[in-house]
Amino acid sequence: MSKLFEYQGKNLLAEGGFKIPRGIIIKSVDDAENVFKEIGTGVLKAQVFTTGRAALGLVKFPMTLEELQTYISEMLSQSIKGYKIETLLFEEKLDIKQEYFAGITLVSGKSSPTLVFSSRGGSGIEEIVSKYPKSVFFLDINPDKIPLPFELIPLLKKTGISGKVLNLLSDSLISLVKTAIKTEAKSLEINPLVLTDKGKIIAADCHITVDDYAVFRHPEFGIEIARELGHPPTELEKIAYAVEKDDYRGTFYFIQLEDNFKKGAGVLGFHGAGGGGSMMSMDALQKFGYKVANFCDTSGNPPASKIYRAAKIILSQKNIDGYFGSGSGVASQEQFYSAMGIVKALRELNPDIPVVFRLGGNGEERAIRILEDYTKDLKPTVRCYGKDTSVSECASEMNQLIAQGNLKNNTETLKVNNRNLISDYSFKTVTNGTVGFNYALCLSCTSKVCISECQSGILEEKNGVPVLNISKEDVAKGKCTECLACEVECFAHGNGGGRIDLPIPGLDKEGSV
Amino acid sequence: MSILIGKNKKVLVQGITGREGRARTKLMLDIGTQVIAGVTPGQAGLEVLGVPVYDTVAEAVKIHGTIDITVVFVPAPIVKNAVIEAFASGIKLAVIVPDRVPVYDVMAISRAAKQYGARFTGPNTLGILSPGVGILGMIGGNADSVKKWFKSGSVGISSRSGGLTTATAYYLNKDGIGQSTIVHVGGDSLIGLPHPEIVKLFQEDVDTRLIVILGEIGGSQEEDVAELLSGGRITKPVVAYVGGREAQEGTQFSHAGAIIEGNRGTYQGKVDSLRAAGAVVVDDISDISGEVKKILDKLEE
Repeated sequence: MSKLFEYQGKNLLAEGGFKIPRGIIIKSVDDAENVFKEIGTGVLKAQVFTTGRAALGLVKFPMTLEELQTYISEMLSQSIKGYKIETLLFEEKLDIKQEYFAGITLVSGKSSPTLVFSSRGGSGIEEIVSKYPKSVFFLDINPDKIPLPFELIPLLKKTGISGKVLNLLSDSLISLVKTAIKTEAKSLEINPLVLTDKGKIIAADCHITVDDYAVFRHPEFGIEIARELGHPPTELEKIAYAVEKDDYRGTFYFIQLEDNFKKGAGVLGFHGAGGGGSMMSMDALQKFGYKVANFCDTSGNPPASKIYRAAKIILSQKNIDGYFGSGSGVASQEQFYSAMGIVKALRELNPDIPVVFRLGGNGEERAIRILEDYTKDLKPTVRCYGKDTSVSECASEMNQLIAQGNLKNNTETLKVNNRNLISDYSFKTVTNGTVGFNYALCLSCTSKVCISECQSGILEEKNGVPVLNISKEDVAKGKCTECLACEVECFAHGNGGGRIDLPIPGLDKEGSV
Repeated sequence: MSILIGKNKKVLVQGITGREGRARTKLMLDIGTQVIAGVTPGQAGLEVLGVPVYDTVAEAVKIHGTIDITVVFVPAPIVKNAVIEAFASGIKLAVIVPDRVPVYDVMAISRAAKQYGARFTGPNTLGILSPGVGILGMIGGNADSVKKWFKSGSVGISSRSGGLTTATAYYLNKDGIGQSTIVHVGGDSLIGLPHPEIVKLFQEDVDTRLIVILGEIGGSQEEDVAELLSGGRITKPVVAYVGGREAQEGTQFSHAGAIIEGNRGTYQGKVDSLRAAGAVVVDDISDISGEVKKILDKLEE
């Protein structure tokens, strides 16, 4: 969930003409003196995403500079739900005559935002509303047709507002609506909205949640990961999000759930496909007493390159006891792309843990063959199943493999990829990958499987070696769909002359953060 | 008969020259859907699998006459423009496949749909399939699988999960139970035709005798179906599954949201309301076909 801090929200409101308290951002105790000179006695508020800050001691009213310094040091040394408190807001104190609640929210399934206003505000707003339903109004907003004051005034009156405040409040609500639409807010709340003794309407607090899918249009918010994580993003989550961010081909969702676990603790790397199928699969693992180190969903027909990067990221988690993947069981996406991506990752990392996948659905026979046959020379035991094997059976298989330990015992792995790209001929792919061919190997290759298996059909044979049949510019724009056949199939059936190098910024070649 | 889709409907593909557009056009053509034109701005004059490509929807309509349905495969950031363009050119149904469409864009699409008297499914949908009639979108992935996995019959499926849609149809089929139409309504919180709308269409559909709902926690689509059932607007039997029992309850992101939505959206709330309204609710998707068979057998008597 892409949340904005109070001070960010208030600045956005101010840009829209809303009145906000005079305030200054504090990042260190060194700021105290200047700030105190500027504001005087005021209110110090930690910038965190939780509500109910006062009860947590994160709202203070220092009377002297020394008190301000003490509170700043205290707050900046704390963490809330894993988030280190890094920013404080020091504001002028308001002389409050009346508190209101105002907000915009999107209700699931409704095709217009709803404006909510309550003539009673402050903490415990949900109880207030249920106790005094007459002090609240709701209004559906058409973003193409923002309400005018005359439409709001009768509604405000019904909640008990009267006099000159009607004009001030209707103007404020209109600017609130405009700000919510401009920021693509799923919710924007001002609680309390304050009427001061001097008769001004001021936003004393502000919480904005931006639509995750719209964050790309708002770089100014500085949102690092537009995802609901429930904790500050880990290094690995940042790496994973960078893979997903600009690649709209299919979905790659990655969250770490366990940290600091030991080998043998029964924590697995999890690679799901589809929300519903993934939930079902995690339940199945749980029944055997396993935990998942991470949640991951690659679905919506992502290219093999995305699966590969996901696999590398999952496998980079230290101390996992196995690598397990399953979706709903009957996927519409071509599962051999998934298999290609997983094989490439396994060949590079050669992890000493069992691997069980359920790649049921389209192309499953081919997917199973690729995943099992192309990994025979590796350390891990790799098992792959299709739609007629239930996820419970797959979980049981994983359980057995872990119990019996690695039986393969092939200490020397002969054909594991060495990642040096020897390129007599190379071109870039859409995600900054490089495809390269070692023509010495290609010349003596009789299969030319790179050409026959290329899913985009962009290669042809010239003078005994593969070359592009379209321009390198077109390839880089996405005509190469990164199916990975030029490496994975080449390795299995060709001469090993084809390679594709797909960088994952933040992960090194051995797959460590 | 079927809902939303029909043998004689003329279909447009927006984003036909892209990776997904191309692959799914092949699927739709192979299965007999009448894809008559494609649109990718700047690519007019090309052909994709024999389907002519135009710069705008209006140009396609000018050449081919009225087009009934558009299937949209353009990247999420430009979906809004593509769909409204289609509505403005007289297309009455859009199937919006892409994921991650900004919600304010979906709201704009929704307003445009009202303005033009059009409808849409998705975003974030695998599409619609009616065995023996056609496909809109990507359900099944390729023609061979579609022919193997889905058979014509009398069960209508409305689902919020793409993967479970296909899985459920496959398992029904294994037990010899065919489907009338399968609709993946889309995985997002705001979609064009949620469960209750699809269920109403199934109620009207002469080929559908029983309705399967694959629900999920969050939102109020399942509760709304329960209301239709208890209000007597739906008289056909309903078998339902609600996913996410073990998952965290949908996170409320605001006080105002909580004020308006109250307790709707929880697993238990959905199951209880569906059961109270007379639907059969199963704990596991593998139990669906057994329950469906029981009810269908009873209807035979």
